[in-house]
Amino acid sequence: MTAPSYTRKDFQTDQEVRWCPGCGDYTILASVQQFLAGLGRSREEFVFISGIGCSSRFPYYMNTYGMHSIHGRAPAIASGVAATRPDLSVWVITGDGDGLSIGGNHLIHALRRNVNLKILLFNNQIYGLTKGQYSPTSEVGKSTKSSPFGSIDYPFNPVSLALGAEASFVARTVDMDRNHTQMVLKSAYEHKGAAFVEIYQNCNVFNDKAFIQVTGKEERVHNRVDLEQGKPVVFDEGAKAVVMRGGEAVVVDSSSVDPKAILVHDETRENPSVAYALSRLSHGPYGPTPLGIFRRVARSTYDAEINAQMEGARNDMGDGDVSQLIRSHGTWEVKGPSPNGG
Amino acid sequence: MADEIATEEATEEASTETRQTLEIQPSSTPTESLDNLVVRFAGDSGDGMQLAGNRFTDASALFGNDLATLPSFPAEIRAPAGTLPGVSSFQVQIADYDILTAGDQPDCLVAMNPAALMKNLKDLRPGGTLIVNTDTFDERNLDKAGYETNPLDDDSLDGYKVIKAPMDELTKEAVKDTGVSGRNVLRSKNFFALGLMAWLFHRPTEPTTEWVRKKFASKPEVANANIESFKAGYNFGITTEATRTTFEVKPAALPPGTYTNINGNTALAWGLIAASRKSGLPLFYGTYPITPASDILHELSRRKNFGVRTFQAEDEIAGVGSTIGAAFAGNLAVTGSSGPGIALKSEAISLAFMLELPMIVINVQRGGPSTGLPTKPEQSDLLFSLYGRHGESPLPVLSIASPSEAFMMAIEAVRIAVKYMTPVILLSDNYVANGSEPWKLPDVDEIAEIPVEFAKYPNGPDGTFLPYMRNIDTFARPWAIPGTPGLEHRIGGLEKEAISGNVSYDPANHQLMTDTRAWKVANIANDIPLLEVDGDEDADILVLGWGSTFGSIRAAARRARQSGIPVATAHLNYLNPLPKNLGEVLRSHDKVLIPELNTGQLLKVIRAEFLLDAVGLNKVSGEPFRVTEISEKISEMAQ
Ligand code: SF4
Repeated sequence: MTAPSYTRKDFQTDQEVRWCPGCGDYTILASVQQFLAGLGRSREEFVFISGIGCSSRFPYYMNTYGMHSIHGRAPAIASGVAATRPDLSVWVITGDGDGLSIGGNHLIHALRRNVNLKILLFNNQIYGLTKGQYSPTSEVGKSTKSSPFGSIDYPFNPVSLALGAEASFVARTVDMDRNHTQMVLKSAYEHKGAAFVEIYQNCNVFNDKAFIQVTGKEERVHNRVDLEQGKPVVFDEGAKAVVMRGGEAVVVDSSSVDPKAILVHDETRENPSVAYALSRLSHGPYGPTPLGIFRRVARSTYDAEINAQMEGARNDMGDGDVSQLIRSHGTWEVKGPSPNGG
Repeated sequence: MADEIATEEATEEASTETRQTLEIQPSSTPTESLDNLVVRFAGDSGDGMQLAGNRFTDASALFGNDLATLPSFPAEIRAPAGTLPGVSSFQVQIADYDILTAGDQPDCLVAMNPAALMKNLKDLRPGGTLIVNTDTFDERNLDKAGYETNPLDDDSLDGYKVIKAPMDELTKEAVKDTGVSGRNVLRSKNFFALGLMAWLFHRPTEPTTEWVRKKFASKPEVANANIESFKAGYNFGITTEATRTTFEVKPAALPPGTYTNINGNTALAWGLIAASRKSGLPLFYGTYPITPASDILHELSRRKNFGVRTFQAEDEIAGVGSTIGAAFAGNLAVTGSSGPGIALKSEAISLAFMLELPMIVINVQRGGPSTGLPTKPEQSDLLFSLYGRHGESPLPVLSIASPSEAFMMAIEAVRIAVKYMTPVILLSDNYVANGSEPWKLPDVDEIAEIPVEFAKYPNGPDGTFLPYMRNIDTFARPWAIPGTPGLEHRIGGLEKEAISGNVSYDPANHQLMTDTRAWKVANIANDIPLLEVDGDEDADILVLGWGSTFGSIRAAARRARQSGIPVATAHLNYLNPLPKNLGEVLRSHDKVLIPELNTGQLLKVIRAEFLLDAVGLNKVSGEPFRVTEISEKISEMAQ
């Protein structure tokens, strides 16, 4: 069978897209559709599962199998699909509220188990669908409808969280950079197991320009730190570099250090400490912020393990026989029909 | 279990020659024949009373008695030794006819320590046999149990036949050459008690020794210690002539067939496996450990060679979530829990209802609310099962009346779920789950297949796929699983347009879809058996029940009939929709009694549904009904 040839249009549905005009979700949708079209893999093999929130409308706009589920539970639901159907490519679409607040538990456990899911977390640092309350990634002091005196909640750093949750693949990208997004999507897709991708997503209605430091024409030059496999971590047109000191990643002037001291990025490091250190360069898109793949290591997937156990049991014990099973606790015969004749 | 009228008393000729008595000399003690017997093993939770009870039960089952069991253990895994909360017990009734319950009052009580005696003596029948381990009746243990004087020394046990056995001492003596040492020595004392019971009640010994050899095959010294201890208990009976008479209960005249002794949780797990085979759908069980449902997970997780996948989720919500995903992906998807866990799953169950995906939700009920009485039976989740969801979300609700019914009810729940594309709630409770009884094995080949047809082709104009286009008879929507070319579609929690399944906020559509979903479930009434009435059909009194009260109700009705009161009984396996003839059945009797282990939940439903002045008999003490409680109520209503 030849690979199907698709265009982006083949992944669009007839449903009217209902995000606010100018929302970063449109760009991400376009990137994902374009990326999938380029894979040449049959449309029916993709499943998109979301929770609740603006981003979670996503499956309605994807001409694949999909489910718009309930708040926070998409990783759990998707785990049921991925664990039983290794033939499918299963994607989770979630947001900072959906994935890190109400659904935080499911997210970390899906990562720890290495369920074969591609988890795209659209981080806009705000609750959009419920019209503008602070989220678990909002900065301290943020004034919103539910925090008129400023938020007192200390935010999550999603990449740090995913690394702490034993994720085998962790990356960060940004909505406006479609090439970067597609590069990350490709790696995530090819990764066997759970792939966690934080996507900075602009909510132009309730939290506009939250990511300006990595997206603004001026600002990004100084703040965007591109992680590239096998290359020294430098940014600001080469003026700044990242070195490891006492277990921490530190920004220095490139000219002030021996070039050999500059950290060379290796996403395949088994130990996540350096990836974690990189994730702590900034606690949100403020100042120098790394984008790219933090971690990509090989680990057996949940579906592979569950199916291997099944096959192993079948090989060892033979395919189960229900008649034998119900006799396995010992039986006795009652011969009729005379009373007490047993 | 068949509910035939009790058979005539045991015939003297019934053969007992298959009985094994080890290498022990035959006892010269005279034997009395009983038609039934209730025994209770009680001790500290470390004393192995569940094991002793189960061995006694299995030996009786293999001997051919009918039986029913009632285990009772503390909620704490290790309550302090010797205390009242640490007491664990196991009750079994055996009979030479088809019995229905584990019995109201033990005829024989084994008390391994003062706390066990303190807690259980009140239940022992006056004149009953009491076996005590005298070695534990020291000051400290007496004190922990709350005894001011030693009951073995005063007159408080005068009304019973007391057999005093220094079990610790004799067990130590018995195992001294087996190689076990230290704390393991006294571990065998439950086998001493079991041996003594085997002698007293003429139980076959072979099943027990065989079981021990198999179970402890890798630890031969433990196996030997247990067997030696068992023999010592048996011989203690003979040599001390501990009682003047021993007792026997002959095999029961159960309907012919092959039997096994089964508890509800295991039977339920096996039923799901059978349903998986009959439907051709791989079984997925997504769950989170909770008492008393965990044993279903344990059993299924051992059965991977049946293509079973078990997913021990991070929480109850993920348990049901993964189940929804598995259903979407084309599995026989099942989640199971108990009340508190079902509460957590409630939102997701409403989603599954909205998605119209087939799946099974098992609720092994326990005493509530909240953590409540985790190891005790109660039927207090009926209204929760019927109505405990947000929005208009009626679901089929089925219930299991006894362990021997669990296998077929699991299959029936699956049949309904896949035929009607709906989640189905299957109710069990702690009594069904952990109690056991003989189960006449079905011929697996004769169990009907469960037809499942995944959608293969577009069903709309121009090759479109309409996920909410319904089957004209069942109103089920098509089950189109990911991976099927051309049927890509999206489902979700938002209200869907009829037929197309697209998101719709249209008022008329919401009305239509709400009505359609309700109608689909209500229509299942045409596809379930009519309610059967047992006993005296034209009796004034009908006793209506559901779930694990089955045995107590039937036994109470028997007793009432024996005292000359005509009674009809009926038992509901289908709580939603209700059987079509229920109204007719109810109206053919002047008085309706509804006994329930709750404060009157089915009663409310019946009153609301049929505007009928039914009477409740309700109990929430964490214990099953005693037969007398129901039979007395029947007599009172007959006045
Ligand atoms: S509220 Fe914000 S995130 Fe939601 S659709 Fe509008 S712009 Fe996008």
